[in-house]
Formats: sequence, C-alpha cells, structure tokens
Amino acid sequence: MLSRTAESLYWTGRYMERADFLARILEAALRLAALPARDGAAATAWASAIASAGVSRQFAASARTPSEKSVREYLAFAPDNPSSIRACITAARTNARSVRTALTIELWEAINGAWNGLADHGEPTKRDDFVRFLEWVKNVSLAVEGASSRTMLRNDAYWFLRLGMAIERADNTARLLDVKYHLLLPAGERVGGQLDYFQWTTLLREVSALTAYRWVYRESVRPWLVADLMVLNRQMPRSLASCQGMIVSYLDRLATDYGRRGPAQRIASARLTRFNETNIEEIFQSGLHEYILSFLSENNALAAAVHDQYLV
Amino acid sequence: MSGHAGSKEVRKSYRTLSRWLETAPADLLQARSRQAELFFRRMGVTFAVYGDVESNERLIPFDVVPRIIGKSEWDELEKGLKQRVSAINAFLKDIYGPQECIRAGIVPAELIFTNPHYRPEMQGRRPPGDIWTHICGVDLVRTGEDGFVVLEDNCRTPSGVSYMLENREMMMRLFPDLFAEHRIRPVETYTDMLLASLRASAPEHAGADPNIVVLTPGPFNSAYYEHSFLADKLGVELVEGGDLFVNDDIVFMRTTEGPKRVDVIYRRIDDDWLDPLTFRPDSTVGVPGIMAAYAAGNVTLSNAVGTGVADDKAVYTYMPEIIRFFSGGDAILGNVPTWRCREPDALKEVLDKLPELVVKEVGGSGGYGMLVGPASTKAEIEDFRKKLIADPDDFIAQPTLALSTAPTLDSSGALSPRHVDLRPFVLSSPAGIRVAPGGLTRVALKQGSLVVNSSQGGGTKDTWVLDD
Repeated sequence: MLSRTAESLYWTGRYMERADFLARILEAALRLAALPARDGAAATAWASAIASAGVSRQFAASARTPSEKSVREYLAFAPDNPSSIRACITAARTNARSVRTALTIELWEAINGAWNGLADHGEPTKRDDFVRFLEWVKNVSLAVEGASSRTMLRNDAYWFLRLGMAIERADNTARLLDVKYHLLLPAGERVGGQLDYFQWTTLLREVSALTAYRWVYRESVRPWLVADLMVLNRQMPRSLASCQGMIVSYLDRLATDYGRRGPAQRIASARLTRFNETNIEEIFQSGLHEYILSFLSENNALAAAVHDQYLV
Repeated sequence: MSGHAGSKEVRKSYRTLSRWLETAPADLLQARSRQAELFFRRMGVTFAVYGDVESNERLIPFDVVPRIIGKSEWDELEKGLKQRVSAINAFLKDIYGPQECIRAGIVPAELIFTNPHYRPEMQGRRPPGDIWTHICGVDLVRTGEDGFVVLEDNCRTPSGVSYMLENREMMMRLFPDLFAEHRIRPVETYTDMLLASLRASAPEHAGADPNIVVLTPGPFNSAYYEHSFLADKLGVELVEGGDLFVNDDIVFMRTTEGPKRVDVIYRRIDDDWLDPLTFRPDSTVGVPGIMAAYAAGNVTLSNAVGTGVADDKAVYTYMPEIIRFFSGGDAILGNVPTWRCREPDALKEVLDKLPELVVKEVGGSGGYGMLVGPASTKAEIEDFRKKLIADPDDFIAQPTLALSTAPTLDSSGALSPRHVDLRPFVLSSPAGIRVAPGGLTRVALKQGSLVVNSSQGGGTKDTWVLDD
C-alpha cells in the first residue's frame, strides 16, 4: 500500500474519533454547567472543557474567555480552531477523499455523508438544537466505525484506519479523565460531596459507561473506581488498557501481513506489559494527573514511531 | 421532439422512449431527477471549479432523458473513429520519426515545430507498439440527418469517461423498466478494455503482470473524482507525484513495505507539469527524473508525451488530409469547415463575417477564449476583432452550426430541445483499437446556448447505443 494511503487512512481514523470526543466533552460541559452549584461552577465547567480538549493555549490566544457561548462555538465550529468538530469532520473527509479507492462505498458514504451533514446543521445557537447536533456527531462516528467494521477487508487499509482510531481514543480517554482534575470544586463544596459525586457521574455518562460502572463495581460512584474503569479495566472498550490492547493487536496484524516487526511494535507491547503490571492504588499514590500526563506523552511517542515506520 | 432543427418526426431510435414517456406520470422525470442529484451528492461525484471560492465542489447537472443512437448509425461512427484515431497515432509516430507528412506537404512544418505542444524531447522516440494516444476522446456533433462531424480531438488527457459510466449506473437505478424495453449496449466493459489496453502497452521487461498506476495532480484537481474512480475500477493505485520517485532511471512508488517498481503510468497530468527537470521547474505535482526513465524505456506513459501536437485546433484543420495520407482513404468522419486565420485570405473572409461565426483560440479549451458571433454584443465582437487582427495565428473560425438538439428536462419540468455534443472514448494499444459503445453526451442546459462545457453551465446525459 502507498505510504500516503496509509497515512490518510490513519488520519481519517484519528479525526473521526476526535470529532466524537469533542462532542462528548461538550455534552459533559453542558451537564456540568447545569448542576446546582454556587457561583462560578458553570464557568469552571466550560473552562475545563477547553482544558480537556487540549486547546487551552490556543483558546486564550484567540482572545476569548470561557463561557457557554464561546466554548461551544470554539470547540464545535470556529474557523480559527483547526481541531473543532467541523474541522475534524472536514479533515477526515479530505483524507478519505484522497484515498477514496481504499475505502468501501459504505464507509465513504458514511464519511462523505457526515461532511454533507455539517452544512445541513449549520451553527445551531439554541441549546436544544446544539444538543441534537452533538447527538448527530456521535451517531456519525458510530456509522463510520460500523461501516468500516462491517464492510472493509481485514487488510492493511483496515488496520491503519483502526490504528488511527485507537491511538486517538487512548489520547481522548486520558484527556477526558483529566477533566476532573481541571474541575475545581468551588469553595464550600467538599471532596466526596454531592457536586463531586455528580461530576464523576457525568464523566462516566459521557463515555457511555455509567451502567457499565454499576455492573462492574456494584457500588456508588467512587473516584478511584472510575479511574480503575477508565484506565485499567480491559472490559471497558474505551479504557486506556483496552486502547493499548487494540493498538498492539493492529500493529501485530500489520507486522504479520508485512512479515516484519519494527520500533512501533516494540514500543506498543512494552507499554501493554506495563499496564498489566500496575494497579490503581499505585497510580493514585503517584498522582492520577501526573500518570495521565506521562501516558499522553508516551502515546505521542508511539504515534511518532508509527509515522516513521509506515507513513513516510 | 428530437432531431435536427425543423424536423417534426420522432427519430426511429427514440420511438420506444417516446411511447414510454407518454404513459409515464407527469412528475416522474422531475422526481427521478431529484433522486439522481441526491445520490450523486451522497457519492461525492463532483468536480472542482477553479476560481469558484463559494463552493469548490459542484455537481455536474445530470439530465435524466437519455440520448439515443441507433445501431447502424453507431457502426458507421465507430468505423470513422477507428480510422481517425489510427491516423492520429500514425501521424504522431511520423512527426516524432521520419516526418514524411511534412516533406509531402500535408502539414506546414512551422505549424508543428512552433507548436507549444510539440516536444523536441520526443524526437526519435518510439513508445511500445508505436502507440502515442492510448486514450482519445473525440468530440462530435450532429449537424444534419446523416452522421456526425468532429469538433475536436482530445489526445492528451481527455476526461469525462467516469460520467459515461456513472450516468449509466444512475439510469439503470432510476429506470429499470426502460432498460427492459430497449436493447442497450453495455458501457461498463470500458474499464476492462482500458486495463487490457494499458497492460498491452507496458514495456517488455514488465512481463505478464505489469504494475500500473494512475497519476493524479491531487484532490484539488477538477477531475480528481474521475481519477480516483478509474483507479478504483482498474484496481490499481492512485498516486500523486510525491508517491513516486526515480532511481537509476527506474520509477518506484513509496509503499508501507518499501519501494515498488512502476511499469505503466496512466497519467492525468499535462506534459508541462510531468517532470520539473525537463519541463516546468516550478511543478510540484510531477516526478523529477520521470522523463529520463521514460526515455530509457523503463516505464510507459499513457498517453505519450507530446501528443498535444495532434489535437491542437490549428492542426485539426489539416486532419482530413492527414487521414487520407496515413489511411489511404477519405475521412469517414468529416471536420467542421474551418477557416485558418493564419492564412490572409481566410482572415479577410472571417473578419467580414465575424457576427455569424464562432472563433476559437488555437490553444484554448473548456469553452473559454472563444467568440460565438450570433450570441455576442456588437462591443464584444469589435473587441474580438482587435484580438484577431493582432494575432491571427492564434485563431480559427467556424460557421455557427445548426447543432442537433435532444429532448431535455427543463427547469419547468417539461421536455425541451437542448443542444448536445458527444464524446466517445477510443482506446489504442499494440493489441488493437477499441471504442466503448456510448460516450459522454454533454448538453447546453440554457435555452439556445451552444456551450456544453461543464464549467459553463453544461450538463450530461446517459448515451445509449442500441443493439437492434
């Protein structure tokens, strides 16, 4: 396969996944901002959405201040934000279009349909319409993932697309978990209190994992268990451990198809081994936020290794 | 309803369709038309319009009423096309070889050697099987009851074949019962024919399974959809310049498993942009060194470099003589009568009759840089007159043709006559010459308009060649 084709497939996967993630962050922010709380809680929720999306610096540089209006606009539509939902779907479609021949008709229609849908939705200002827009974005990523898994041959084209999705999803789950770190409890609210509880619940809901949580732990929502679910639980499809498992298996399939292992495979399996050797107490002792930061930088290093090995 | 201006009777080939339309519900065509547009948009069958910032991707309007050609008519047309394209290949072989047609006075030497599309780099070169224009699109119009004349030969990188194929797909989806009532020759064999043609044109070293690629300038090119469509149907890689590199006069593509040798390049990039080392140094879409690999015989370029010298509008005027010289017989397909403004007598006549004529720039394309006398204002005509006097060599003139029309769905939902042309696709290879039974019918959607180019409001139709 052409290196450029692999690269475009990989980025199609990453951008679609990121669009989904942004929709989830925005939904979380809408809910968190609506929680009954003292003054300032809403503004904190919107600022945390910017922080979780990893665009704090760019947001501040654009002379905006966090409010529902500005954050919604920035993360979903702003032309000056290269990582907005609109920009991600457009970039996914541009990448897909340049490798149209490597996609099945079903997958292309799902991606092209998403891009056409952007124009149909416009920029909703009413909150109801905006929520519907976010629902639609999540459905788009379901359609894309479904089309790819139901119609594509299991060959390198598929592995690169999925690899992009998995690497992006690992990044996104880590960032979503970090939202809580950025969500300061306003004065007068206590750790383990009602607001704290709602914040954790909302995070779970946003990765469609609230029910899963109850099935797995059969307990009320506790921070370290939420972290356990999202970091280490292999049953949870968005957990860092699951994403890592997927990354390893896609890279292994590529190595088998091509008959050659390289640095990307070695880095990925070494990381998976470390997941198997750690537990949540250890992570909390050294600090969840610090753990996440180091995970993100390792994830970037892996992405760079994939790039050097296959995409140039 | 269909036919030459003035005739009242329905052409024989249209009779079944005509009966069918009489019994169809009134709004059926409009409903199908909307369905077609929706589907094309969903599939992303679009083209880019240069300089159109508002929407850089547009659909070419699709007319749901088919254009129908009878069997005997097509058979004659096919013979004419094969004769013409064979002569063009022989002409190119001669121009870049012994140049007998110049010595024999068939075409003036200066017309060839000062032609911007003449490539001295190709002098003395012989591509496999002496095939130069592997894929040729010949633009035809019907000007009377019997037969067609050639408006233009496209020997470089003719486009539009994806519309021929997609339009057929669409029609079969929209009107399955109409297909049941006609015997229509299939066009979907085109891509198999093309693949066979490209294989047969591979350099000898490549063996039985040459590595073929389609080379595109990239997603921003107006015909990008077609490039990706063809690569997909051929089952070959769609590459951009950056995907290829040349080492030791051998062309390779960069893959996830390392470099892979390339044998045949169906290139959709003009000569000028192909190799920054030989042609335009500012080309970023080409492949440095590809001309050296080509000269070494290590790769086949399809079409060959330098074919533009045969489809230039000035050389066009000599085509009847060229065909006679190389085929030994009269041209089956005629030319539109044409004045060469480079000849003083002709220029004088053209200037006298300017308001009645169509004047075209020799190197122009896409319907730009031309004057349609009867449709122009006095001021436009006088402006053009100045250009013509300043640079007569750059222009040819033709009478405004009484172009045939075909029934077309108009904006009010009724059928109205609209002017059409036809571009069949002719494939040549060392293994022979073939024509796909059909082609791209372009239609001028504006009432009375003669310009069918998609960049100027033209649309397309499915083209049916009947088998009985």
